[in-house]
Amino acid sequence: MPVVDKCPHQNMNEIAAILKNQGTGRDACVKVLQEIQGIFGYLPAAALQYVTDHSQITKRQIYGVATFYERFRFKPLGRHHVQVCRGTACHVRGAPMIIDAVAEELHLHGVEDTTEDGEFTFEKIACFGACALAPVTVTDGQTRGAMTADKMRKLLKKIASQAKTAHATDQPCPRSTMPTN
Amino acid sequence: MALGKNGLVDPCEIDDYIAHDGYAALAETLATQTPAQVIETIKQAGLRGRGGAGFPTATKWEMAANNITALRQAAGANGHGAPDTYGYVICNGDEGDPGAFMDRSILEGNPHGVLEGLILGSYTIGANVGYFYIRDEYPLAIEHMTRAIEQATAYGLLGHDILGSGFDFHVMIARGCGAFVCGEETALIASIEGERGMPRPRPPYPAQAGLWGKPTIINNVKTWTYIPLILLKGYEWFRSIGTPNSPGTAVFSLVGKVNNTGLIEVPMGTPLSHLVNVIGGGVLNGKKLKAVQTGGPSGGCIPAELLDTLVDYESLGNIGSMMGSGGMVVMDEDTCMVDVARYFLAFTQIESCGKCVPCRLGTRRMLEILTHITTGKGTEADLQTLEEFALSVKATSLCGLGQTAPNPVLTTLKYFRHEYEAHVREKKCTARACRELVSYSIVADLCKGCSVCVRSCPVDGISGDKKQPHVIDPEVCIRCGSCFDVCRFEAVMKE
Repeated sequence: MPVVDKCPHQNMNEIAAILKNQGTGRDACVKVLQEIQGIFGYLPAAALQYVTDHSQITKRQIYGVATFYERFRFKPLGRHHVQVCRGTACHVRGAPMIIDAVAEELHLHGVEDTTEDGEFTFEKIACFGACALAPVTVTDGQTRGAMTADKMRKLLKKIASQAKTAHATDQPCPRSTMPTN
Repeated sequence: MALGKNGLVDPCEIDDYIAHDGYAALAETLATQTPAQVIETIKQAGLRGRGGAGFPTATKWEMAANNITALRQAAGANGHGAPDTYGYVICNGDEGDPGAFMDRSILEGNPHGVLEGLILGSYTIGANVGYFYIRDEYPLAIEHMTRAIEQATAYGLLGHDILGSGFDFHVMIARGCGAFVCGEETALIASIEGERGMPRPRPPYPAQAGLWGKPTIINNVKTWTYIPLILLKGYEWFRSIGTPNSPGTAVFSLVGKVNNTGLIEVPMGTPLSHLVNVIGGGVLNGKKLKAVQTGGPSGGCIPAELLDTLVDYESLGNIGSMMGSGGMVVMDEDTCMVDVARYFLAFTQIESCGKCVPCRLGTRRMLEILTHITTGKGTEADLQTLEEFALSVKATSLCGLGQTAPNPVLTTLKYFRHEYEAHVREKKCTARACRELVSYSIVADLCKGCSVCVRSCPVDGISGDKKQPHVIDPEVCIRCGSCFDVCRFEAVMKE
C-alpha cells in the first residue's frame, strides 16, 4: 500500500471503490481516470500510484491516456474556475477578445493555466454547445452568455476582491494540499 | 422530425414519450418485422448518415448484420439467443464541431427517441450490447440519457427478452474526455476500449471489425432519431421530404452573426438563402453577409454569392464545403476570412492526434503560415505554399480529421483570395479583425471626454482631462478593443 496523504479526503477507499466498480483491466483506464478526476478535480499522483498497484492499468497507459485527452489534468484546480468558450460561434462574436482579457487580467499567458496563488484556473473550452448565447463563459459553474472583454474583466476583479476578504477566515482547501505530480 | 419531440415531451418521463407514439415502432417491429425487413425499409427510405459524410445507413447495417450472423453461426449459436457479444451498436454523441449543438439538444430533449433508435438498430443487426458515447462537456445529456436507460429497463424495453420477443439488449454510457478526433469512428472505438482515441486505417471498417474486434455500427444521434420515425410512418413518408438523393430533413445549429440564432430543421434541398434570410432573420445589425460556414473545422466557407446553393450532401460538397453534422455559422463583413481559416487550423492542429505525419506536421506548418499572414508577416509566396500543403494534407492523411482539415483554408483561398492578398501585400485586414493589423484612435470631435474608456483600458494607455477629447497612446495600446466596446459615442476608431 503506498503512503497515503494524511488528509482524510485522500483516503484510498474511494479509489478502491472505483476499481471495484469499473474493473481492473486495461480497458477500464479512461473510466477510472474520469472518476478519480470527478472526486479530486485532477489526477493526484498518490491515487494513480494506487491504481497501477491494484490493476492491470500501467503508468505508461495512464500517462498516454491522460495527456492525450484534453479533460485530464495532473494539477489541482484553482479555487475559482474560469472557462471561456473558443467555439466558432463564440469566435466570430468576439471570444478572442475575452480570452485575451482573462489572460491579461490573471497574467496567464504561457502554458500555465492556474494563477500562482491558486486562486484562478483559466481554461479555454472547445465548445459548450450553447452557441446561440455566444460568446459564452462559465465561471464557477455559472454560465454567462453575450459576454464582452470588459464585463469579463469586471467579473474577475469582483471575484478577486471577494476572495481577498473571505480568505482572512478561510481554512486552506484540503484537496489542493495534495502533492502535485 | 428529428427535433419533433424536443420541447414536446418531458425528457425525464418515459410515459410522456410513450404517449407521443414513443416505443410504438419498437413494439411493432419486434412483433411483426424481421431484421432483413427493417434493413429493406431503411434502404427504401434512402436514409444517409447524419454525422456529415452521408454514408447510406442501410449499407452499413447490412454489412454488420451479415458479419454478426457469420460469427454467431461459426460459434454454433442460433439467432437472437442468450446475451452475447458478437457485435455492438454505438450512438456517436461526441459532437465535437465547435459551433454546433444539435446532438446535445436531442440527447437532452428527447433521449428516449435516440434510445429507441439504438434498440431497433441492435435488433436489426443482431447485436446485444450498445453504447452511448457522449461528450463530457454535456453533463445534462449524460444525466437525461442515464435516466432514460433506467426507465426503459424498468419498463422491459431494455434488458432480457424485450417485450417478450426473446431479444436481449443492454446499453451503457461512455463519457468522452475532450478529444475532437473521437468523433471519428475508429478513434471513438479506441476511446471506449480505454485507450488513447487514435484512429486506425480503414478497412477493416467497424462494420467488419469494430469494438473489441467485433462488427459494430456507429451512427450519429440524429440518424438514430430518424429510425423509429421511419419504421413507424413508413419509408414513403420519409422519401416525400427532401431531395431524391438526400431524403429527409437537415438539422442545423444556425449561429454567428445572424438575428435569430438556434436550432433549425428544414427539408433537404432548401436554399441556404432561406436559412439565413428568412429563418435566421438576416444578418445581425443590418450588416452585409460575407460567408456561411458549414461543416465546422471539416467544412468550408460559402461566399454570399453562392447563397442560392441548396442544402444537401452533393450540392454542398460540389462547392468545396460539406454538410457536416450541422454547424452553420453566419459571418458578416467584420469577420476576417483569413482569421477564420487560421482559427479552424488552430483547432484541428491542437486536436490532431499525431498518429500520421501529414496531419500532425501539415496542420502545424499551415497554422504557422496562417499566423504569419494574420500578423502581417506573410508574403505572396506563402499563399502558394499554403495551398500546396493543404492539398497534400487532404490527399494523404489517415482519417477524416486530416483529410478535411484543409477545407476551411482551401475554400477561403478559393472564394476570398483578395483578403489573403490584402494581408500579405498591404498588411491590412479589411475586416479589421486581425489584432496585429488594426489600430485604435479617438475621434476628437465625437469624444465627450467621459473617461469611460480610460477606466476600461487595462494598460492605462488612454489619457485626457475630463470633458476634453481623450487620446490613445499607440505605443502602450495592446489593441484589446475594450475602449471600442465601451464607448457610447462611437468615438473610438478602429482601422
